[in-house]
Amino acid sequence: MHFPLPRRSPLGPRETVKAVDDVSFSVLQGEVLGLVGESGSGKTTVGRTVLRLMEPSGGTIRFRGRDITHLSRRALRPIRPDMQLVFQDPFASLNPRMTIGSIVETPLLIHRKELGRIERRDRVADALRLVGMSPDFANRFPHEFSGGQRQRVGIARALMLRPGFLVADEPVSALDVSIQAQVVNLLRELRAELGLSILFIAHDLAVIGHISDRVAVMYLGRLVELAPTRALFQTPRHPYTEALLSAAPAPDPDLRRGRIVLAGDPPSAINPPSGCRFRTRCRYAEPACATATPPLQEVAPGHFSACRRQELVLQGAG
Amino acid sequence: MTEPVLEVSGLSVRFRTDAGVVPAVNDVSFVLKRGETLALVGESGSGKSVTSLAVMRLTPAPPGCEVRGRATLSRVGELLSLPEAQMREVRGSRIAMVFQEPMTSLNPVLPIGEQIAEPLRYHRGMARAAALREAAKLLELVGIPEPGKRLASYPHQLSGGMRQRVMIAIALACDPDVLIADEPTTALDVTVQAQILELLKALQARTGMAMLFITHNLGVVAEVADRVMVMYAGRVVEQAPVRELFRAPLMPYTRGLLRSVPKLAPLEALGAPLTAIPGNVPDPANLPGGCAFAPRCADVRKVVCEAELPELDAVGAEHLVRCVRWRELAA
Repeated sequence: MHFPLPRRSPLGPRETVKAVDDVSFSVLQGEVLGLVGESGSGKTTVGRTVLRLMEPSGGTIRFRGRDITHLSRRALRPIRPDMQLVFQDPFASLNPRMTIGSIVETPLLIHRKELGRIERRDRVADALRLVGMSPDFANRFPHEFSGGQRQRVGIARALMLRPGFLVADEPVSALDVSIQAQVVNLLRELRAELGLSILFIAHDLAVIGHISDRVAVMYLGRLVELAPTRALFQTPRHPYTEALLSAAPAPDPDLRRGRIVLAGDPPSAINPPSGCRFRTRCRYAEPACATATPPLQEVAPGHFSACRRQELVLQGAG
Repeated sequence: MTEPVLEVSGLSVRFRTDAGVVPAVNDVSFVLKRGETLALVGESGSGKSVTSLAVMRLTPAPPGCEVRGRATLSRVGELLSLPEAQMREVRGSRIAMVFQEPMTSLNPVLPIGEQIAEPLRYHRGMARAAALREAAKLLELVGIPEPGKRLASYPHQLSGGMRQRVMIAIALACDPDVLIADEPTTALDVTVQAQILELLKALQARTGMAMLFITHNLGVVAEVADRVMVMYAGRVVEQAPVRELFRAPLMPYTRGLLRSVPKLAPLEALGAPLTAIPGNVPDPANLPGGCAFAPRCADVRKVVCEAELPELDAVGAEHLVRCVRWRELAA
């Protein structure tokens, strides 16, 4: 799958939000690609766009080798079961008036009309078992369950049609730590068991690190770095990734270390800085960083970074 | 440094709901000393926020909510029995609070200058112009550029991090002895969270205020806390100095919580599965008998753990743990 997708979504007659600008990446068969960024970085927009839930303003989306960028809704329908979404908020994404069973069953009613009632019931039971829930829960309502259990229901629904590709948009950020670990582990197991490819979107680098094979970092609508997980954490090449890693508080009081505290807030995507969008907060920025947008370049095998100063040796937090 | 500014003892909060009486907080006691940060850690439903709201006297009125116990603030006295008129003099002046969501806690139709000036005018009796001048100084103190111009800004014109700085400016306006920060960085991005944590630490060093820092994020705890109190299902289950808690946790819940946090280091651990605590947080309206953590505990001995509620034992001068098996488990 390959998706170069420069997109522009108009907010008004004059202003344009480049929510996501010229982002290219691919998710390989059976791979988990982590997509990390802060609020407003465009990571959710990317997730929705690759599923064709939002229309890209440019670029192409390829799914299993096929260009799906301009397929009509009708033409997309047979592909939809193969690409599914797990939502962030397990409280808002389940209809409170439907039972767990009917929530999980809905995809079958839409895409597998040939299945009979009993067969559907069996598949619902299988899906619930798959995510570690008892099939007896099928007759109960979402409010009877905790956040972690509801997220399992959301995952069961997404897996109902046996998709090959899953977009998981912040699937654990609304959950408590002890439960978050359960859901991350569940996704790891499902991926191994079902050979799923997952685009895993999160703002928490540590969570991303525990599930992803490769990690892509976004800042203000652009990809700034893309690398195999360990390489990204060990030797980040983009100053923003370095700052992001250093800002994450480590659960260890002996590691209270010098931190790179970025000045200011991320600029607005309506009027992003010229050239490199991170330059206004970057401690390595030079005047030349304002002139041209640095492209994503391969700096080591499989390791891409969009920094003009390729020669840069990042200092780390002193 | 060792002078206690806030002493809470035997705090219990019960809510009367359609589903029956919910004991949200049970018999919580702690001491907060001048200049220190006590982190209050727990998952949703553990009672950490209700504890802080009860101390601030911000819980709903009886009979819907029933608060028991004592909370003594130095130079003021017992807060929980204070008449509301007197409590109003204390709240926002001697003891102040910063909330999680800066967008919903600020007034959207009032310029931020007026909102910072309000406690100064109310508690200090300052005139509007003088209070606004002071508000500009406070904005500068919390690191907002061009404070004079910013006074006229409305909350929606500011970013999340800026709004949280404004919340902190309001809380610190009257130089309180105690600042309660309830998940002050949870709604913020990690780079902005780093800024706010640095700011709170710098302000504390400057004013000597005591902080009760409520969070579910153990990374933040390691960063800001001197001492830590862990709550589970409405009770304190462990309390210790920060280093001791992270190095030698005794309560199985604390151990499980520390193990379940995804960490960036060591790199070798990155591809490994996380160590989750099985099961779910119990429903506070329906707590198990005995130790509330027993149904999820890997070290449970059914007979002893479910028999009765364990006492909060003193392990050392500053380390408390609520587990009948802690001596065996520590060995």
